[in-house]
Amino acid sequence: MKKRFFALTMTTVTAVSLLAGCGGKAPAGDSAQSGTESASDSGELYVYNWGEYIDEDVITQFEDETGIKVIYDLFETNEEMYPVIEAGAVNYDVVCPSDYMIQKMRENDMLAEINFDNVPNISQIDPKYMEMSKAFDPDNQYSVPYCWGTVGILYNTKRLEELGVDAPTSWEDLWDERLSGEILMQDSVRDAFMVALKKDGYSMNTANETELAQAKQDLIDQKPLVQAYVVDQVRDKMIGGEAAVGVIYSGEMLYIQEEVQNLGLDYNLEYVLPKEGTNLWVDSWVIPKNAKNKENAEKWIDFMCRPEIAKANFEYITYPTPNKGAFDLLDADMQGNKSVFPDDADLAGSEVFTYLGDDVDSIYNNLWKEVKSN
Amino acid sequence: MNRIKDNFNRIWQDFYLVIIMVFLYAPIATMMVLSFNSSKSRTQWGGFTLQWYTQMFASRNIMDALYNTLMIAFLSALIATVIGTAASIAINSMKAVPRTILMGITNIPMLNADIVTGISLMLAFIAFGISLGFQTVLIAHITFNIPYVILSVMPKLKQTSRYTYEAAMDLGASPIYAFFHVVFPDILPGVLSGFLLAFTMSLDDFIITHFTRGAGINTLSTLIYSEVRRGIKPSMYALSTVIFVVVLLLLLISNFAPRRKQADQT
Amino acid sequence: MSKKMLSGPYLLWMIGFIIIPLALIVYYGLTDKNNVFTLANVLSIATAEHSKALWLSLGLSFASTLICLVLAYPLAMILRNRQMGQGSFIVFIFILPMWMNFLLRTLAWQTLLEKSGVINGILTALHLPTQSLINTPGAIVLGMVYNFLPFMVLPIYNTLCKIDDNTINAARDLGANFTQTLLWVWFPLSVPGVISGITMVFVPALTTFVISNLLGGSKILLIGNVIEQEFTKGSNWHLGSGLSLVLMVFILLSMALIAKYDKNGEGSAF
Repeated sequence: MKKRFFALTMTTVTAVSLLAGCGGKAPAGDSAQSGTESASDSGELYVYNWGEYIDEDVITQFEDETGIKVIYDLFETNEEMYPVIEAGAVNYDVVCPSDYMIQKMRENDMLAEINFDNVPNISQIDPKYMEMSKAFDPDNQYSVPYCWGTVGILYNTKRLEELGVDAPTSWEDLWDERLSGEILMQDSVRDAFMVALKKDGYSMNTANETELAQAKQDLIDQKPLVQAYVVDQVRDKMIGGEAAVGVIYSGEMLYIQEEVQNLGLDYNLEYVLPKEGTNLWVDSWVIPKNAKNKENAEKWIDFMCRPEIAKANFEYITYPTPNKGAFDLLDADMQGNKSVFPDDADLAGSEVFTYLGDDVDSIYNNLWKEVKSN
Repeated sequence: MNRIKDNFNRIWQDFYLVIIMVFLYAPIATMMVLSFNSSKSRTQWGGFTLQWYTQMFASRNIMDALYNTLMIAFLSALIATVIGTAASIAINSMKAVPRTILMGITNIPMLNADIVTGISLMLAFIAFGISLGFQTVLIAHITFNIPYVILSVMPKLKQTSRYTYEAAMDLGASPIYAFFHVVFPDILPGVLSGFLLAFTMSLDDFIITHFTRGAGINTLSTLIYSEVRRGIKPSMYALSTVIFVVVLLLLLISNFAPRRKQADQT
Repeated sequence: MSKKMLSGPYLLWMIGFIIIPLALIVYYGLTDKNNVFTLANVLSIATAEHSKALWLSLGLSFASTLICLVLAYPLAMILRNRQMGQGSFIVFIFILPMWMNFLLRTLAWQTLLEKSGVINGILTALHLPTQSLINTPGAIVLGMVYNFLPFMVLPIYNTLCKIDDNTINAARDLGANFTQTLLWVWFPLSVPGVISGITMVFVPALTTFVISNLLGGSKILLIGNVIEQEFTKGSNWHLGSGLSLVLMVFILLSMALIAKYDKNGEGSAF
């Protein structure tokens, strides 16, 4: 319908054609996308990863070293990634989903077994995380851990002082009416329900309908206090002083504190792990069954496990690395930073998400839609 | 008496025009100012800088997206023009009923909501087993561009007389020769404006591209969307400013520079 | 004969990329996951969350259409009475923002409305209390009005330009005052443009998911968001297609409205 409008402005149309001439001269570089059919030869690698989740120099380094051309694409949530892989609309070779989504993909027969002969650097991964991975990948056949972390509350010390609210210590504090319009919640179904379920003292992997109904009601009650449901934006919004508290992934902490210093802001942003426990998550590399360049994918995974590369990535994205080799390369200060690498004791009561089956999934989705449309 | 009233009216009208103009331009002006602000804050002026512009031109993502946008716009407009012009000639020589049916089909992508067009194309690509990527965006853009070409060429074709074409043939010209030497020059303005219209539509599209794009393919629109959802960076303000200034200059040149009369062509 | 063959590529293209895709939406919309015929997807519009989203979308797009009409009509009249051609500078000024990327225009409002945004910055500087502007239905209506206003101005302006000055003068000479002329001369003659403008604002406003995402903080769920999420997150394409079919009813209604009132395409250039 909108398009019909443009017919009205025919007289002005002529001009825009010149855009081509002008824009074309801009330094488009030689990085022309090879948008053709995904080639069956092994000169390419389709990577599907979270936004801002890699040091881009690492990609270039991988390309230079192997001669493989990387086509790099981003997703925002696990839920958004899944249908893309499921439909096979694009054949990605290596993807980085989280725990429960890996389980879902594995159970739905969407993953290829990794040939670990091609991934010698797997020895660099701390066995602790391989053990943790068994929750969703029982025989460690399909996934290689890339990052892990927790979900917690980030708060603006100055803003809370102004509002006369104490620093949050539990999920319960996100229902404090004095924080009206000051709360940023996560805009993905499992993360949002995790907050409510943990607050009520339930497991975040529950399929019990009364528990879920209560969590839904809690989220509806909370909605007037919530400023926005966001995903990656929470970081910049908190730095910008848009809100007093936000639910955030632990890995953003270092970047945020650095940025607060760089900008010379007059407030501090602190991170707290709520006492009820939280979501302990692992994001791992997996290879979809319909991947066309499996060996390249294994080269990529091996490359990511190399201690120096894992360290470079850690320093750029600041999400805790499960790579023992990379951890050892860090200086002692960083190794001892508890908000990045929490003690096991802090994680009491925390859980890892598990996949609950398609039926429970759609119950969650419907409840979430009820929250959003309320 | 009347004159006073007229003056009063005039002032009131000017006031109204100014208000609307402020409403339309204040947001754009704000972005332009912020694009030169060295502080990332939107409320404090940290001094003049061009660093966001350097950052923008150095960004591989933005430049790739620009390249894709222009490439898709150019190719889709070109292909749509060829298919659309041929179709117009055929439709023009048809009887009323098939013509009405074809014109009806032509109208669908223009009148349908973009979200429905986008989703339907995505379903079709997946059903046909076409991997989502550059080619699917291109096909989608050609699809919604063809109607604009047809709608610009048809009125021109109606104005041409079929007798000149037949006369040329009677004089021994082949149909192809007759077409290119007799008919084509007459409809050329319509073909050109169809091409330009198609090019513009392609540049502006977001929703259909959003549903039909695949790995590593961003146009400026989809890039801006994902960037904005991640947090607004000042380089986006720089990009806005550049786009606005380029569009402004081009529209000024085309509208107000002396040029061949092209009025009434539609 | 050979001329008709020229429509071959076009026909193939349109069947492949318009007819079949639409048929697929109908197919998905009327079947369930096991490919069995069902009306459940279409009827799910009646569930609380979907009907709420639909009513909210209808309400917000109705409000923005009305605001656009109220703002655009006087503007079009003033522009027309200044007797300037379409190529004139002042008309140009009012069309220009249209040529800027739609997403950038929405981004601009986000910058203005956010809590630490420009408007609140000005309010703070004036020692006035800050307002929460973004992530409200009002912000979404504002975004719609800003983005779609020119869609309303131009068709009305175009039809008004076609009204002969003599008609207006005749009405005046016969003693009609301003209100009477407006009501009985201007308005009836501009109906095709008004209808055209209304549908051109209403349909994109009704189906948008971008504006509600960027200016609504994902707190406000419009029917466009529901459909987009069924495809990109919920992965229930059958439900998404079913809801698209419901949406198409409204599109068909507006097409019928145009066909009735704007027979000669006066509201557009074609």
